[in-house]
Amino acid sequence: MPFRPDPKSIAGTDLPVHERTQVLIIGAGPAGLAAALQAASLGRSVILVDENPLSAETMGENVPLHFGGGMTNAVRNRNAMLEAVVESEPAFSEAFDAGIDIRLGTTCWGVYAPGPDVGWLPGPVAGLMDGDRSWMVGAEQIIVAAGRRDMGLSFAGWEKNGVVGITAAVRLAKRYGALQARRAVVLGSSTEALQSALELRDAGVEIAAVIDHVFEPLGSPVLWAQLAAGGTRGLFGYVPREAVGAQESVEAVIASPWRASDSDGAELTIACDTVLLGVGAVPVIELLDSVGCQTVFDGGRGGVVPVLDGAQRTTKVGIFAVGDCAGIWAAKTLDPEIARAEGRRAASQTEQVQAETSGGPTPDFGEYRLRWVQAAVIDSEGAAHVCQCEEVTAHEILEVRPPRYLGWEDLPPASEADPVRRNRRDLHSLLGDSPPHPDQVKRLTRAGMGVCQGRRCREQVAALLALAANVPLESIPAATHRAPVRPMRLNLAALASSESAAMAEHWDTWFGMPSQYVPYWDVPETYTAGERDQDAEVASE
Amino acid sequence: MSLSQSPRGATVAVIGGGATGLSAGWWLAREGVDVVVLDRGIIGWGASGRNGGGCSHHFSPLFVEEQRLWPQMDGLLGYPTEFQAKRIRIAYDEHQLELYGRAVRNAARQGFASTLLDAREVLEMVPLAGEDAVGGYFYDFGGHANPHRTVQAYAWAMQDLGGRVMQHTSVRGFRRAGGRVIGVMTDQGEIECDQVVIAAGPATGRLAAMLDLDVPMVAARAEMIVTEPLPLMPIGGVDGNGLYGRQTLRGNLAYGGGPHEWIEFGEAAGPPSSTPLMANIAGRLARMFPRAAHARIIRSWAGIIENTPDGRPILDKPEATGNVVIATLSSIGFGLSPASGRAICDLVLRGACGFADISSFSLSRFRRLEADWQSLQGWRETVTG
Ligand SMILES: Cc1cc2nc3c(=O)[nH]c(=O)nc-3n(C[C@H](O)[C@H](O)[C@H](O)COP(=O)(O)OP(=O)(O)OC[C@H]3O[C@@H](n4cnc5c(N)ncnc54)[C@H](O)[C@@H]3O)c2cc1C
Repeated sequence: MPFRPDPKSIAGTDLPVHERTQVLIIGAGPAGLAAALQAASLGRSVILVDENPLSAETMGENVPLHFGGGMTNAVRNRNAMLEAVVESEPAFSEAFDAGIDIRLGTTCWGVYAPGPDVGWLPGPVAGLMDGDRSWMVGAEQIIVAAGRRDMGLSFAGWEKNGVVGITAAVRLAKRYGALQARRAVVLGSSTEALQSALELRDAGVEIAAVIDHVFEPLGSPVLWAQLAAGGTRGLFGYVPREAVGAQESVEAVIASPWRASDSDGAELTIACDTVLLGVGAVPVIELLDSVGCQTVFDGGRGGVVPVLDGAQRTTKVGIFAVGDCAGIWAAKTLDPEIARAEGRRAASQTEQVQAETSGGPTPDFGEYRLRWVQAAVIDSEGAAHVCQCEEVTAHEILEVRPPRYLGWEDLPPASEADPVRRNRRDLHSLLGDSPPHPDQVKRLTRAGMGVCQGRRCREQVAALLALAANVPLESIPAATHRAPVRPMRLNLAALASSESAAMAEHWDTWFGMPSQYVPYWDVPETYTAGERDQDAEVASE
Repeated sequence: MSLSQSPRGATVAVIGGGATGLSAGWWLAREGVDVVVLDRGIIGWGASGRNGGGCSHHFSPLFVEEQRLWPQMDGLLGYPTEFQAKRIRIAYDEHQLELYGRAVRNAARQGFASTLLDAREVLEMVPLAGEDAVGGYFYDFGGHANPHRTVQAYAWAMQDLGGRVMQHTSVRGFRRAGGRVIGVMTDQGEIECDQVVIAAGPATGRLAAMLDLDVPMVAARAEMIVTEPLPLMPIGGVDGNGLYGRQTLRGNLAYGGGPHEWIEFGEAAGPPSSTPLMANIAGRLARMFPRAAHARIIRSWAGIIENTPDGRPILDKPEATGNVVIATLSSIGFGLSPASGRAICDLVLRGACGFADISSFSLSRFRRLEADWQSLQGWRETVTG
């Protein structure tokens, strides 16, 4: 008898893709554009998508970067922003001339590929959306060039408008021409932070000070000298205590010496309208991780990065990573040609001939970030929300506190009469012999479970767990990413549904096995596949 | 019952730190038994931490106990489970309405009430529902709980009573003497024990095979989605339109349904993959709750599920092995876990379940099962020869 797949299962179903291309490239920065031009020059069909310009609403929700309300009203004018984004990058016109299909304002919300636990997909596919459509694209090769984002750092007032990720600020200034900041204080002194600060200064922002817990700048001394020459003050050995200002706005930042510093302990107040989060430039691996590409923590490459071969291949067939999302280090930050070369290598699928030199010693970002979290989050003993979406403090994370909607925080101590109101547990009760897992802590505290899906807190949570468990940062497993990597309306996602009439006919709540729901008093004594009821109409329970 | 002397031993070793194994461990610890629960990863990392949280299994011999226990679980465990009683099921066509009626008959026979709702009543009780619902049922039983919190609550409650959890401990085999298991071999060394419970979800069949027990099962992947939080509906346990799920106490809509995929179960490195079926579930959910159609999905995920040929649990202590309890719940194990753990505890300590007739969960019901049953049922093409 020929094999007839279970009609309630997905086996044998083709995923209808709405369009196909040979190469899909996600992200139109230097690496993505270089990949697109290279692929096109090899005669391959290319779709290049980039989510910029973002809608004002999306920016307002700090997606995908920590915009922190730092944009001007200009971002409401979509057409003007589209123009600004196109004009901000000369390579766009080259790409248009090469006939590349460029889709701006188009977001990739998910990448999927077949694997040991997914049999029904024929090959790599990606889900795309723009303002009012969502659809699936099939591709032979998907090159992810999703760039970087800023690590969050919680201190008093960090939820205010005006506390902005430095990458977000550069994006607003250089691609949108819509940055509000006039006078800013930068947190962090890596090469990435210093270079961004210089770019912002070029865009007209006064960089009042750089604050860092280390005693001298972490990154390029040359860049720091350029900033200092322009009057930027260096507050090394300091940490931000609070961003202050009326209501939602920032008027100043208060910095105090960190415990390890030998300064006299005086707090300083620096007037500014913007605090720039530059403590960590983080590779955006959300699509790569969610499709199942293997990742690894590499303190010299900006944190959790995809495992790649010399042609930028991930461990998933057909999926590649280039540019900042493939790893961030100083030389690459200083010279965009490195990212472009990655893009070209991926597009032509050629191995790198010669290993890249890192361009000088690379600091260990793991250690650096641990100290930031120690200094700004733990030592301050403050009650700032590390997870802003779900309003979870560092304290609550380390005590593995159930969320507040369960009404635990105001309750009197446990009594015999009310035993359930206890919480006798903290992180150590989860540990055993192994490092704590951020996903486990998330499940219990909700830190990272909100609308931003940990974009602003995952590095902090990892550092908190490492510090509390007294283990190196790299031993903390990375919290998982899942599609959709951007919040996505149900009715928009529904447009990409593959529910055909045939699927609807067999659609069932659960497995649709009649025998599963026979009440126990009617179950026959033995069961065989041949005698099973195949025709009974069933709705799983 | 003699206590094992080895510090690495326990009277009962439970393999699998999912809802089933942990509940069993907790019930055993309540009886003063020295128990250790072993998991190859983190507890609840399998289906037990990735499911819909539904607790309304009216066709099961454990139903009455499931319903009796859930409202007490927070108090019994001493940690919150977020259990919320009652359930509503909405139909968007007459056919759905008819099929959903079976629960009413099953529950009534066991003393539980339900009410048929007309379209207007659905709208009154379910603020997010659509005008085109044809009706539904209010079940005055069942409900839902938070799987993450519940699994951890079992573990903590068991530890409070002296039970132990060993995470990152993968069982690789058994040591036997005189037909009985006397030790569980793990990658962390041997655990000596007097009795064993295999509650390893989709891995149960493979482990049982090491003891020459044939426990027929195949794994499948199922997917769910969750939205941003919305204002709470009066009853969060609302589903239908081909979906199962709930509004969480935080306000998120967490739903799944539709096609599954039968897979070869291996020890995958990462979490189970999800697929574009997210969009299909979104479409069904937007239809069921038109007033939430603008709510945004913030995450989707997948879980790997254990399934026996008839979809019914196996809770049994086969004679051939004497001191081994097989415990696999066949895709409905979260809601039943308070009761299944108690039944397993009974099987371990007394050889039979004392509070319910679980004869329909015996392994021997498969004694006539065809060798190529997986093929016959269209689950997996079995290669013969
Ligand atoms: C998407 C989805 C929705 C669902 N919805 C519901 C619902 O609404 N209601 C309901 O009741 N059920 C639901 N289920 C089913 C339910 O989740 C499972 O039936 C139940 O969790 C099974 O629990 P378990 O403890 O038996 O197995 P699992 O949760 O699979 O746990 C088994 C454990 O054994 C461990 N293990 C495996 N092999 C070894 C080894 N060699 N050594 C050591 N440890 C090992 C694993 O690591 C795992 O933690 C759903 C499942 C999914 C995936």
